[in-house]
Amino acid sequence: MTRRLTILGLALVLCACGGQGTDSLPGESSITVFAAASLQPAFDKIGARLQTTNNIRTTFNYAGTQTLTAQVQQGAQGDVFASADTSHMTTLQGSGLLSGQATIFAHNKLEIAVAKGNPKHIQTLADLSRAGLVVVLADPSVPAGKYAQQALAKAKVTVHPASLELQVTAVLNKVALGEADAGIVYVSDVLTNGKVDGVAIPEEQNVLADYPIAALKSASNPTGARAFIDSVLSSDGQATLKSAGFQGV
Amino acid sequence: MSGTRVPAALVALAGLGLLFFLLPLAGLLVRAPWDQAVAGITAPETVTALGLSLFCSLAATVVSLVLGIPLALVLAKTSGSLRNVMRALTTLPMVLPPVVGGVALLLAFGRRGLVGSLLDQAFGIQIPFTTAAAVMAETFVAMPFLVIAVEGGLRSLDPRYEEAARALGARGWMVFARVTLPLLRPAIFSGAVLCWARALGEFGATITFAGNFPGRTQTVPVAVYVALETRPDSAIILSLILLAVSLAILVGLRDRWLGTP
Repeated sequence: MTRRLTILGLALVLCACGGQGTDSLPGESSITVFAAASLQPAFDKIGARLQTTNNIRTTFNYAGTQTLTAQVQQGAQGDVFASADTSHMTTLQGSGLLSGQATIFAHNKLEIAVAKGNPKHIQTLADLSRAGLVVVLADPSVPAGKYAQQALAKAKVTVHPASLELQVTAVLNKVALGEADAGIVYVSDVLTNGKVDGVAIPEEQNVLADYPIAALKSASNPTGARAFIDSVLSSDGQATLKSAGFQGV
Repeated sequence: MSGTRVPAALVALAGLGLLFFLLPLAGLLVRAPWDQAVAGITAPETVTALGLSLFCSLAATVVSLVLGIPLALVLAKTSGSLRNVMRALTTLPMVLPPVVGGVALLLAFGRRGLVGSLLDQAFGIQIPFTTAAAVMAETFVAMPFLVIAVEGGLRSLDPRYEEAARALGARGWMVFARVTLPLLRPAIFSGAVLCWARALGEFGATITFAGNFPGRTQTVPVAVYVALETRPDSAIILSLILLAVSLAILVGLRDRWLGTP
């Protein structure tokens, strides 16, 4: 049994290594993009388009911006960095890890994610402080969590979250799975996830999130990195972002 | 093994293996911000996370002992395909990525889960995001280590002791409590230590099933992950504390209980 487990373990390790293979077809180049978790629905489409138009294959590393920042600071190799806030981008800029300046390519707003049909009748941020309601937020170290705190402060509401999740998609999933009654996420998250409904947060309480993008100094394919950034800023790229719930620039 | 010479090639490989464990440890030790160590250890977040981690991992070990020893006993006394199925089920959490284990726990014990929905409706009990959830996540991932160790111990047990006890008139419970359990002590102990160590380091299932909230579900591994991104120095200090605590307990208890030099 132990031996069988060992073999299984080895097989898993080998599979994991195999998955990382970057063997490319002739004429094809590849890039690695570090992107905030909330960007996945839009960036997957932009990456697919770049494959057909420029023959560039894009590998994405989606996670909380703060995780990605730590990875890049510890020497992770990538070509492009797309962040859900400007402060992490500034951190990387300050560490000399960016090549050139960062460009804001999209904005996002916050929304309250609730179960389909809003069974708990949540209408405002103030409703989130109701007793007996399971509310999940992103951790304040995550951009979405920081923005949520700002919005709650503007609305002068104190909530007692059941959990502080480590990326905004985890907040969304907790609501989608029915484990949480409500969570504060991005408008784009609600739009692209079919399993939750969104409750709008009024303008004066909301926070406008800026999404900057930049090429990384460690880029092994600077041309490909430039092409990806251009594609995000192009009218096609902006349209894709808008249809995924972001605001264009 | 003493007296026989280990071939040089094997010694070299063993050295490589040891180095593989040693280097990450050295990385932690070299990069640790020692000047902030005292402040880091006494910081309230650290104390809270460490206390919670010790509580949860010990609770998970106790639950594993209560459920795992009988399970190992049944596994050892069963044969055929039934045993294979039971054993595969028991060892599943060892090969399952812990995050998947956490999702599976949500689907079973969450508010909308198979059992969780009944608990919620009948008693108003909600498990996710509670300390109980953290204990369950750790138990799920760690209990297999205990079951495997105890089952191994049972298989190498000489059945004549139990037969003799029965021949002398002892009943099932008495044989178990007075003969089987004492003979199994080394296996149970090493299994419990492995189980506890695995529970102490558990991250993936905990963050998924129990979430992250200081003092309630934020165990040391989760706290390390949160700190790694905002306060890397605190993360290293926390990791070293976890390491020191586990090493102290492993080294200190092992000799005493097993009586091995």
